[in-house]
Amino acid sequence: MNRTYELMFIVRPDMTDEDLDKLISTLQSAVPAAGGTVKSVDKMGKRRLAYTVRRFNDGIYVLLVVEGGGAVIHELERRLRVTEPVIKFLTVRIDEEQKRLAKIKAIRDARRKVSAQPAAPAEEAAPPAAETPATA
Amino acid sequence: MADETKVAAPAAERPAGASGEERRPGGDRPASDRPDRPAGDRPRYGGGRGPGGPPREAGGRKFFRRKKVCKFCVEKIEDINYKDYRLLGQFVAESGKIVPRRLTGVCAPHQHRLAAAIKQARNIALLPFAGRAS
Repeated sequence: MNRTYELMFIVRPDMTDEDLDKLISTLQSAVPAAGGTVKSVDKMGKRRLAYTVRRFNDGIYVLLVVEGGGAVIHELERRLRVTEPVIKFLTVRIDEEQKRLAKIKAIRDARRKVSAQPAAPAEEAAPPAAETPATA
Repeated sequence: MADETKVAAPAAERPAGASGEERRPGGDRPASDRPDRPAGDRPRYGGGRGPGGPPREAGGRKFFRRKKVCKFCVEKIEDINYKDYRLLGQFVAESGKIVPRRLTGVCAPHQHRLAAAIKQARNIALLPFAGRAS
């Protein structure tokens, strides 16, 4: 039962870097204990909030990608809830969306190959044209 | 007489209207017709026109209507993600509302994902629930 989740949380803006690192590492250490793995951690930096949250207008966004079951999320959310500097968090399950995107990508790649094969002169023109929108 | 002026005006303004429409799928679509919104708000769209009658006086009714296309289909954006608030912001009105499909031309499957993503983004304070991000 391995699922991939994305936890985004907002920390109060007046937090120092060391404190933030400490907070993140404690969260990370809680993941293996609950039977999951941390895929990536991304400090997205300080950003203005779209609305006031607990009388803060700015916040430091952190994104945590975690793999594991519901127990991991349960534990992480509990910790986020009791951690005072965390003003907001959101958990999103992303594995099914990733699967869907991978499928679409596979279909597009297959089509590209088919269209590239039959006509040799068209081959040069077609792939770059098809690739540009995908990367843009 | 009245008829003639009516016909002539849209025809003359058509190029301007067309070029204005050209930008719609792009980034500044909401910005272009948003400023009049709080004052006039709804009635402008609803009044007298059939469904799919967006604010385009210059375009003329049956003479010319630029076919709106789904931005996500055209640019092959499949990943509509709540983190991409710049992209989502193009489909949110000044008031914070999700802009309806009939105004933006987004296709149904993509509007569905778009709406879900906007709601997620609101929950994490990337987009406002109401009003402008101050």
